[in-house]
Amino acid sequence: MKIVEVRGLTKTFNETIHAVRGVDLSVAQGEVVVIVGPSGCGKSTILRCINLLETPTAGDVWINGVNLVDDETDLDLVRAEVGMVFQQFNLFPHLTVLRNVTLAQMKVRGRTQEKAESVALAQLERVGIPDKANAYPRQLSGGQQQRVAIARALAMDPKVMLFDEPTSALDPEMIKEVLDVMRDLAADGMTMIVVTHEMGFARAAASRVGFVDEGKIVEIGTPAEVFDNPQQERTQLFLNQVLHH
Amino acid sequence: MDPFSAASPDVSDQPRPDFPEAKQRRTDTDRWWESFPWWMFLVGSLVVVLLALVVFNEDYRAAWSAIFPGIYFTISATFSAFAIATVLGLLAGMGQLSQNVVFKNLARAYIEIIRGIPMIVLIFVVALVVVPDISKALGVPNSVPTFWRAVIALALIYGAYIAEIFRGGIQSVPIGQVEAGRSLGLSKRSTTWSIVLPQAMRSILPPLGNDFIAILKDTSLLSVLGVLELTRNARQFNASTFKIKAGFYTMCFVYLVLVLALSAFMRWFEAKMSPEREGER
Ligand SMILES: Nc1ncnc2c1ncn2[C@@H]1O[C@H](COP(=O)(O)OP(=O)(O)OP(=O)(O)O)[C@@H](O)[C@H]1O
Ligand SMILES: [Mg+2]
Repeated sequence: MKIVEVRGLTKTFNETIHAVRGVDLSVAQGEVVVIVGPSGCGKSTILRCINLLETPTAGDVWINGVNLVDDETDLDLVRAEVGMVFQQFNLFPHLTVLRNVTLAQMKVRGRTQEKAESVALAQLERVGIPDKANAYPRQLSGGQQQRVAIARALAMDPKVMLFDEPTSALDPEMIKEVLDVMRDLAADGMTMIVVTHEMGFARAAASRVGFVDEGKIVEIGTPAEVFDNPQQERTQLFLNQVLHH
Repeated sequence: MDPFSAASPDVSDQPRPDFPEAKQRRTDTDRWWESFPWWMFLVGSLVVVLLALVVFNEDYRAAWSAIFPGIYFTISATFSAFAIATVLGLLAGMGQLSQNVVFKNLARAYIEIIRGIPMIVLIFVVALVVVPDISKALGVPNSVPTFWRAVIALALIYGAYIAEIFRGGIQSVPIGQVEAGRSLGLSKRSTTWSIVLPQAMRSILPPLGNDFIAILKDTSLLSVLGVLELTRNARQFNASTFKIKAGFYTMCFVYLVLVLALSAFMRWFEAKMSPEREGER
């Protein structure tokens, strides 16, 4: 069974903006799928439909065999299985780093404070900032904040992690520390769908790279296939632009 | 060239034009009398003068003993009305932002109606007509005590203003916070209570504190209902003794001290409620 199964996904905003036009995607356990494409092509919308932050206009999304689009599905429970990391980190500024990571564990997973804190500290250790547990988000650098956001998602033991341009809001010197954490995650076998402009990361860590344009997956394959031998003209144009600038 | 940019490090190794920097960058601390809070001094002096009058002047002492008992009504009406208004405001404020068509429109209608009618008119209508009518319709045998009719009137009025405060505060929390909460599997309710409202409080508390103080002051309008609060007492004192000056100044004194104490408390409370601001630069 696939961890993520997307069929005929369509999202239309205000009945006029066709952000996603029929996307099929299946992601197996341990796969890292990197999605690339020009600005406004619908990458974020695809990710946001996968945990139903946006309600799809049409199509189905299965997470671990559960159809999210079904009205019977308890969305909160399924969302807990899908970690999401945002471009702007979205840490809770009124809570300490530790509380950021324990809150949902306690409220959604029903863990005791003691258990949640030990999980939180383990995850903070994993992303390399165990000593910041009692700081508030504003006291951290952007790279540290994004790593806390990753730890917060990981603490829920998600089946899959979604990353929406996790390094786009970071200063260049902090991009690497976040990408390193993501690379370690991939090496540990985490299933991931990553929207990014970091082609180096895609080449090194991706099982598959999908190129999205105008709301469709135009081409998808191994990094070698897509980067070195793209079949579609649009893919070639896009790669020419991003790789030679 | 902007004289201030000369201080930034990236140009510090370049030869600087000879600006009389020291004079231009003079800070407030150099002229303490410009930044000294003289207003506190003035307000404090007024309070001290009035206090002295109340303690040493016979007329003012008489006014004080006639007016002061009203403080019980004024304070209990303030706290009750504020508590009810805050709950109403929270409900109506969240109602306005709700997806539910019924809640949304009920909340909007309530706010528009209240804001479209003068306060003093509402006090009459709610306390003397609406509350008695509703309690009759509900089959309540005894009539509602005047205290509660007055409090309900004030609470209904301020609920509508406080609703706008809550709505604005909730809307000031970036949508990404809700998305982060929901994507972790938190329910709508948990997201609201653990993530949105605590952050909204930052922008809600200062205007909410202002309305708390405004309610305290507006309890004086309740004197039109004949309830024995501070203002009513002062007017009765004036009518029976003709010591109008003593009556009015003593009344001002009591309100001023109450309001100053309440605003000091609100400032302390606001500071206490935002521990995450400690590291703020
Ligand atoms: N909530 C919304 N309401 C209306 N239109 C939207 C909304 N969200 C996205 N869109 C539109 O849908 C299209 C796809 O947007 P999306 O954010 O998915 O693109 P993207 O590929 O992530 O772009 P970027 O690289 O700039 O992040 C865009 O035209 C965008 O303007
Ligand atoms: Mg995007």
